[in-house]
Amino acid sequence: MATEVHNLQELRRSASLATKVFVQRDYSDGTICQFQTKFPPELDSRIERQLFEETVKTLNSFYAEAEKIGGSSYLEGCLACATAYFIFLCMETHYEKVLKKISRYIQEQNEKIFAPRGLLLTDPVERGMRVIEISIYEDRCSSGSSSSGSSGSGSSSGGGGGAGAR
Amino acid sequence: MSVMVVRKKVTRKWEKLPGRNTFCCDGRVMMARQKGIFYLTLFLILGTCTLFFAFECRYLAVQLSPAIPVFAAMLFLFSMATLLRTSFSDPGVIPRALPDEAAFIEMEIEATNGAVPQGQRPPPRIKNFQINNQIVKLKYCYTCKIFRPPRASHCSICDNCVERFDHHCPWVGNCVGKRNYRYFYLFILSLSLLTIYVFAFNIVYVALKSLKIGFLETLKETPGTVLEVLICFFTLWSVVGLTGFHTFLVALNQTTNEDIKGSWTGKNRVQNPYSHGNIVKNCCEVLCGPLPPSVLDRRGILPLEESGSRPPSTQETSSSLLPQSPAPTEHLRSNEMPKDTSTPAEMPPPEPPEPPQEVAEADK
Repeated sequence: MATEVHNLQELRRSASLATKVFVQRDYSDGTICQFQTKFPPELDSRIERQLFEETVKTLNSFYAEAEKIGGSSYLEGCLACATAYFIFLCMETHYEKVLKKISRYIQEQNEKIFAPRGLLLTDPVERGMRVIEISIYEDRCSSGSSSSGSSGSGSSSGGGGGAGAR
Repeated sequence: MSVMVVRKKVTRKWEKLPGRNTFCCDGRVMMARQKGIFYLTLFLILGTCTLFFAFECRYLAVQLSPAIPVFAAMLFLFSMATLLRTSFSDPGVIPRALPDEAAFIEMEIEATNGAVPQGQRPPPRIKNFQINNQIVKLKYCYTCKIFRPPRASHCSICDNCVERFDHHCPWVGNCVGKRNYRYFYLFILSLSLLTIYVFAFNIVYVALKSLKIGFLETLKETPGTVLEVLICFFTLWSVVGLTGFHTFLVALNQTTNEDIKGSWTGKNRVQNPYSHGNIVKNCCEVLCGPLPPSVLDRRGILPLEESGSRPPSTQETSSSLLPQSPAPTEHLRSNEMPKDTSTPAEMPPPEPPEPPQEVAEADK
C-alpha cells in the first residue's frame, strides 16, 4: 500500500501519470447507467478492494436515483410537457441535480481516499458516461515509490472487463 | 500610462467536436449538416398557419366562436416549440473515446481474441451481455472506438453514435435519439392535430361562406384556402400515418431502427427486453421518463495549448479533474484522431484549430 501522503494539489504538481484504468459500464440490468464493480487488477497494490467497490456501488446508486422512473419523474415530465418544455429554461431537471451531487461526491472521494493513494477518479460525465477513468500516478520525487500499474497490462486487462458482466 | 487590452478568444468544445454536425449560437444549437428540408418544414407550417390566421380565422371567429383561433394558436405554438426542441437539441450523441480509452479497449480485445495476423481483416468485434435473461450483443464502433451501448447506433449522416437511436429525420434536420425522441413524438402528434384542425375548419369555412356567396366566389375571395387544403391533405396522409406508427413503437418501447432491422420480431429472435410488458408503463417511460442531460459539453471551454503564447495559469480550463501537466491537449488530441487506430504514445504536436467539417472530411 502506498505510504506517501498526497493531497490533490500536490498530486498534480509533483506526480507523473503512470497509467489509466477504465471501469466499463455494466449492461446486465438494461440500458440504465451502472458501472462494473469488478476490481481492476492494476489497482491491487494501490487501494483496498472494498473501498473501491464501495465507491462504485455508491456511484451506481446515485445514477439509479437519477434515472428512477416513478411518480416524481412523471410529474416533472408532464409539467414540462404542459409548458411546452419552456420550463427547462429556468429549472434544472432532477437528473442534472443528481449529476451535481455525483460531482461533489467524486471530488470528496478524490480528496479523502484516492489522492492520498496516488489515484484520481474522473467524473464519468466527462467521458460521455461510458467509463470511470482512474488515473494512476507515480510519485516523481519520492525515493521508494510503489510499483506503477504500467507493467504489462495486456495480460491482466484481458480478465478485467472481458466478456459479460456477471 | 497606456493600458493594453488583450481580447482573448476562447475556443469552445463544440468547435472541435468530430462528426458532421453544425452548431449555432455559440454551441447552444446542434443540428445535422443538411438543413434544406428542415427549412421546408418550417416554411410549410408557418405559411399554412399564417394563411389560416389571416383569412379563415377572421371569418370563423366572428361567425362561430373566438375560441377557434385561440385553440389553433395553442396547437401551432406547441408544435413549433417541439419542432425546434427536436431540431436543436443533442439527440444523445456518445462522445468518441479519447486515445487512452481506445487503446485500453483495443488491448482488451486483443487479449480476448488473440492477435490478428498481418494483412487479414480483423473479425467484427462483438461482446455478449445478458439483459433480463436474454443475450444482447454489443458491437464495436470503428469510428468512435467504443463498444456501443445496447440500442445505440451509429448515424452515418451525422457520423456520431447516438444512444437509443431511432432514425435520422431530414424533416427536422437532426437525428432522433434518446434525448429528443419525446419532442419528436409530441411534434408529429401536435402537427397531426394541427393539420386535422386546419383542414376541418377550412372545410367548415368554405361550406359556411358558400351558403352565402357561392362556392366559386368563396374560392376567388380567399384563394389561400385551396393551397391550405392541398397542403393539409397531403400532410395528413404522411404525418398522421407516422404518428400512428410511432404510437405503436412507443407502446412497445421499440425504436424505428429496431423495427426496421427486425431485432425483436420473428420466430427465432429474442423478445424485446426493454419493454415492461405494459402499454401504459412503456408510454410513461418513453414520454415522461427522466431526461438525461447532454454529455457533449458543447459550451465547455477548451484549454489553450502549451505551445501557445499564454502561460497555463491564466487559462480558463474546463471543469475536468485532469491535471495540467500531462494533458492540456488531451481534448484536442481526441478530436484530431485519425480514422485508423491511433496509439496513445507519441502524438504529433497539436495543430492550430481547424473547423470540425474539414477534419471529418479529411478522415473520409
